[in-house]
Amino acid sequence: MLIEVGHFALALALGLSVIQMVVPFWGARTNDPVLMGVGAPAAVGVFALVLFSFGVLTYAYVTSDFSVMNVYANSHSQKPMIYKVTGVWGNHEGSMLLWIVILALFGALVAIARNAVPPKLRANTIAVQASVTIAFLLFMLLTSNPFERLDQAPFEGRDLNPILQDIGLAIHPPLLYIGYVGFSITFAFAMAALIEGKIDAVWARAVRPWTLGAWLFLTLGISMGSYWAYYELGWGGWWFWDPVENASLLPWILGTALIHSTVVMEKRDALKIWTILLAILTFSLSLMGTFLVRSGVLTSVHAFAVDPDRGMYILAILVFFIGGSLALFAWRAPLLRQGGIFAPVSREGALVVNNLFLATACATVLIGTLYPLALEAVTGAKISVGPPFFNATFVPLMVPLLLLLPFGQVMAWKRGDMGGVAQRLAGAILISVVLTVIVYGFTYGGPVAAPLGVGLGIFLIVGSLNEVITRAFSGGAGFGDAMRKARGLPRSTWGTVTAHAGVGVMVIGIAATAWSTERIVTMRPGDVAHVGGAYSARLDAVFPRTGPNFQEDVAQMTIFRGDRAIGQEETSKRFFPARNMPTTQAGLHTVGFSQVYLSFGEPQPDGSLGLRLYYKPLILLIWIGTLFMALGAGIAMTDRRFRVGAPVRAKREAPQTGPAPAPAE
Amino acid sequence: MTRKQRRLVLIGVSGIVLALSLGLVLFAMRDTIVFFRAPSDIAAQGFDEGVRFRLGGLVEDGSIRRETGQIHYFRVTDGGASIEVRYQGLLPDLFREGQGVVTEGAIDGSGLFRADTVLARHDENYMPREVADALKAQGVWQHGDPAPGTQ
Repeated sequence: MLIEVGHFALALALGLSVIQMVVPFWGARTNDPVLMGVGAPAAVGVFALVLFSFGVLTYAYVTSDFSVMNVYANSHSQKPMIYKVTGVWGNHEGSMLLWIVILALFGALVAIARNAVPPKLRANTIAVQASVTIAFLLFMLLTSNPFERLDQAPFEGRDLNPILQDIGLAIHPPLLYIGYVGFSITFAFAMAALIEGKIDAVWARAVRPWTLGAWLFLTLGISMGSYWAYYELGWGGWWFWDPVENASLLPWILGTALIHSTVVMEKRDALKIWTILLAILTFSLSLMGTFLVRSGVLTSVHAFAVDPDRGMYILAILVFFIGGSLALFAWRAPLLRQGGIFAPVSREGALVVNNLFLATACATVLIGTLYPLALEAVTGAKISVGPPFFNATFVPLMVPLLLLLPFGQVMAWKRGDMGGVAQRLAGAILISVVLTVIVYGFTYGGPVAAPLGVGLGIFLIVGSLNEVITRAFSGGAGFGDAMRKARGLPRSTWGTVTAHAGVGVMVIGIAATAWSTERIVTMRPGDVAHVGGAYSARLDAVFPRTGPNFQEDVAQMTIFRGDRAIGQEETSKRFFPARNMPTTQAGLHTVGFSQVYLSFGEPQPDGSLGLRLYYKPLILLIWIGTLFMALGAGIAMTDRRFRVGAPVRAKREAPQTGPAPAPAE
Repeated sequence: MTRKQRRLVLIGVSGIVLALSLGLVLFAMRDTIVFFRAPSDIAAQGFDEGVRFRLGGLVEDGSIRRETGQIHYFRVTDGGASIEVRYQGLLPDLFREGQGVVTEGAIDGSGLFRADTVLARHDENYMPREVADALKAQGVWQHGDPAPGTQ
């Protein structure tokens, strides 16, 4: 019965979304504050309904109600509780439901957020957001009902794909979806601006916290997915340029461009039309990513069994929203007032260069991802575009961008001068060149690109921190003075510095992968194999073991640094009988930021065991860097100027004057 | 500078970056693209020795041989023809007889396909799309049937 109520709640949410779309939109047209006011409660109501529906599905999973088709197909009564819960979104229907929950959540947050958004803009934004919700609710109800019942409840479920029974799955998709779907709000704001025919710095301030928030979660989601693939797939790779990875990277790249272009719009009232276009394209790429993952048109390691009819429906949503928004853009954008002009050598000029490189890089990744599809449609030839293509196109575009990054960061607004910038960065340049040479000397004979990459990373870190240091010590301030000044710097400056330094940390981690080693060996218990660097590993024992819903063969190994044992790790091959499917569990031994990575292979005909052993120096910096990037976005979100215009809390006053909450995350 | 000149600078710089990246894309496309072919395609059209491509189909029943040193031999078939593949290294978890597989490498002088990559899949029900198409072309599998090797 509860299951049917959950289904019914989705239908109700659909009806309420229609109200959420039509009424505020009409209110904005007729300038009727009452009608516009309907948007907020409607948006909150839709969110409550879909959240309830999600709760019902979760309940069905937790109680292993196999009369529900979706639970039967993806769960198992013996599965650990955490994977029963995460299994809710480990399948098509459940993950689409999660998509909608987040979509509705963002709609509700915009509706109740107290930051300074003009009422008309807010009403139109809520209406546009509702239109997206309607499309996806229809998609759920028509093609992917998660509450479908089975006539006869089977005794046992078919279990979740074992590769998804991992803590990584608990975190990765929700983060990614919050990021993906978060850009729907930016999109809705852009559409609302076009509908109204008005866009200005207020718009940029209103939309920026949302963009930062979406970007923050997308960054974490991609990073988490990368780490998950690294340890779960057992190949030791952290990025495969797989089409589905690209699908998440594309909106991330454009979202990064969008964050930077809204700064220009806010400060200099320029790049308006471009920013609107970016907002539209970023969300379009999010939709496209969903389509590519959900339709299975691409051959990918991420591809799960899929249903082509659903693909067609998502394609229709895609065409409707991308086509519709671009048509509206073409019609309305010329009406927007042209923004200011600016000198090529200036902060805004540097941000234009940033946008230029990011947009171009995004285009090359898009070409590499879609070209095989296009070619097959036209000529029927089947090709694959792999990592060599992306390394040859994406990397050459990123290197100049990253080299220029610290220069842009210290450039003045309106009119910068190259000489002054070079002077301010002289220290950073010197430090990074010296360190590059030192690293090169220590690793002489190794790959040359690695020390250069490390040097670039150091330049990014020092160059970013440089801004805080020069601004704090400006005017010959003493140390105490400087600390006070540094504390007084705007949060957005701290955010920028943190995020940019994070990029540097990540670049060092990526550069260091050139020093990683891989060995494929066969060992018997007692054998010692050299892994890489100073590390070697001894196979102690191989034995079988039984887990809650799997059996595994475990290889126990001791890691040595030189002659000294520094730890024990296990790697295993698990077999899940419910799905008749094996998985490999890698053994990771972390030393500082480096890892020794052990991966169980297969028993050899002569009785020994095949293993893959990797040494991954500084590999953790890749993900630590992305954490700093996300942290930077989080700091920037709390900047007080995003709250300007909201009720400001007076000290020691009754709370009903309304404390200004931070822009909702 | 006037508005016009500034715009010209912007357009000029954008043009250069776009042209360079287009050059990069075309250059990269030339060397890095790999075609997909099914065993029947090879049987019908022949092959160029040493040219890399992706070979896909089903792992033929009873064709897997293992040698010490993690060397594997198996045959990839699409129902119409089959090709012997040699691969050294660890096979993906879901590699099995009767299952869909995509391998990448080149055919050597003796007609043996030397693969350096065998692609893993996440899901036992999943059939690589190219393989599914190749099997359909040979009439081995119709859409809507359960994928071979899953039951």
